[in-house]
Amino acid sequence: MSELTLTVMRLGFLAVLWLFVIVAVQVIRSDLFGTRVTQRGAARRGGPEPRTQRQAAPQQQRRQESGGRGGNRQRRGAPTKLVVSEGTLAGTTVALQGQTITLGRAHDSTIVLDDDYASSRHARIYPDRDGQWIVEDLGSTNGTYLDRTRLTTATPIPLGAPIRIGKTVIELRK
Amino acid sequence: MSSTTTTTTVGTFAAPSRRNTELALLVFAVLIPVFAYVNVGLAKDGSVPAGALGYTLGLGLLAGVTHLVVRKWAPYADPLMLPIATLLNGLGLVFIWRLDQEPKISTPQLGGAMAPGQLMWSTLGVALFLGVLVFLKDHRVLQRYTYISMVVALVLLIAPIFFPARFGARIWITIPGVGSLQPGEFAKIIIAIFFAGYLMVKRDALALASRRFLGMYLPRGRDLGPILVIWALSLMILVFETDLGTSLLFFGLFVIMLYVATERTSWIVFGLLLSAGGAVAVATFESHVQVRVHNWLNPLELQNGGVTETAQSMYSFGSGGILGSGLGQGYSRLIGGIAPKSDYILATVGEEIGLAGLMAILLLYGLLIERGIRTALAARDPFGKLLAVGLSGAFALQVFVVAGGVTGLIPLTGMTMPFLAQGGSSVIANWALVGILLRISDTARRPAPAPAPSTDAEMTQVVRP
Repeated sequence: MSELTLTVMRLGFLAVLWLFVIVAVQVIRSDLFGTRVTQRGAARRGGPEPRTQRQAAPQQQRRQESGGRGGNRQRRGAPTKLVVSEGTLAGTTVALQGQTITLGRAHDSTIVLDDDYASSRHARIYPDRDGQWIVEDLGSTNGTYLDRTRLTTATPIPLGAPIRIGKTVIELRK
Repeated sequence: MSSTTTTTTVGTFAAPSRRNTELALLVFAVLIPVFAYVNVGLAKDGSVPAGALGYTLGLGLLAGVTHLVVRKWAPYADPLMLPIATLLNGLGLVFIWRLDQEPKISTPQLGGAMAPGQLMWSTLGVALFLGVLVFLKDHRVLQRYTYISMVVALVLLIAPIFFPARFGARIWITIPGVGSLQPGEFAKIIIAIFFAGYLMVKRDALALASRRFLGMYLPRGRDLGPILVIWALSLMILVFETDLGTSLLFFGLFVIMLYVATERTSWIVFGLLLSAGGAVAVATFESHVQVRVHNWLNPLELQNGGVTETAQSMYSFGSGGILGSGLGQGYSRLIGGIAPKSDYILATVGEEIGLAGLMAILLLYGLLIERGIRTALAARDPFGKLLAVGLSGAFALQVFVVAGGVTGLIPLTGMTMPFLAQGGSSVIANWALVGILLRISDTARRPAPAPAPSTDAEMTQVVRP
């Protein structure tokens, strides 16, 4: 075998190996940034980037499946994310995609509270048929507070109003 | 616990299943070793090796079957782990086959050609991987066997004491007529299951019930007990089996998992102090360990008419340079014995594909470990989190211990490079490890079931005053 062929193969092999590594990193990259497009505002504003659309499409579909309120929730001023502003989980955000968010110490809750004052199934936050987000206390021991008032019934959440569970404070934001 | 749960919510985003990405990468991962195989054949004999087509079809078939099983039984699993494991295993086979072409180190006394055997073990490993995916529906089942797995792991670790030592270490169980088995590799997985189950229950006691002293949290005696027992056990392995690698892995795993479970830096300080103390104590009176440390400090010393294997492996890295000598054109046979196929396979890699290739291989290991840790972040249940951290931690430690030993960073310990090096137990156990990680990642990335329309709840709210 000629020296030239072997050299080309040697460099070619290295190139192919690194190509694999780079492709693998690209897959991770889309995994890291893929979560951002779940915020609907960003997805609408961002140009027709192929990846954005591909990931946004199934969500749209799912939203329509779960109650046919797809069109309604596109209105202006609807919150797009839930932010934990105080407590051990401060900084956590959850994108609001029409799913019910459960809060509590139970491990299968959407937001698992690590808080001595929280019950295992403490409260849930869900959209009603008009896309208005509702918070409901699930019979917790220490109660759920919206602003300063303790919740007794399911209550609509104004944008930015603090929901307090033990030491954890949650807000809905745009 | 707080920082582990902070990220819990990340997993609730519906991740796309990405099985097609996996398929594309898998095809890539099959073609690269085939390319390497053809390259070795051309370099050694000037012709494409006769088995090239069969090898391609065989590896492709194996990868295809695994892909279909993952598609069926773990549709949301991580898309990267399987292709990376396949690539590393395929490259390992090529390198072992390439070393089999050296008549000097493939004599019948040294076991002859090892690639066919390794191919068989790899197939068995993939079969075990598929078995894990098909039969382990939910990794939380493993939580029930916390203490049973402790007993099993201890039995596996202690068993080799009753068998004769080979290459200066008692880490093999020899079954006459079947072959020998390295139970430490399997114990690695089983002990991670035990630690995950144990720490999940004891985590709060370990993290909270402690006195503060000089800025460090001193644990209570009754909480310190387990760590001391583990420490004593790993020292015992070191003393009776002279197996530096396994005891390092065992103890490092415990420190990592303890830290992840409790978030107390003081546990790391304790762990490092204990392991350093133990290592120094053992090194002063155990001759096998002393030899290893001595070879590490004085690699160029003459022994049996030549320099040490450590020095030879460094020579091979050096002669490889940046771009390597080319596949099949290195001289790593000079390391002698079967060492270049097992412990020192990285030296062959470093010589033939150079620093550039070696870095790519190490990055692949890094990516595999990163996916494991990422799985731990995304997992929703604490047992899954701890188990994923433990398994990827064990894998990472093993890669570090071997790569560090071969490159002269730390004394060489007799462990195998996962997937790459020759060794049946290692390849089977690591496939099982990847299988469990894929199972956890499937559970973690699976989108939460759609919320049931809660008309009933709204009705009751209307009734309520």
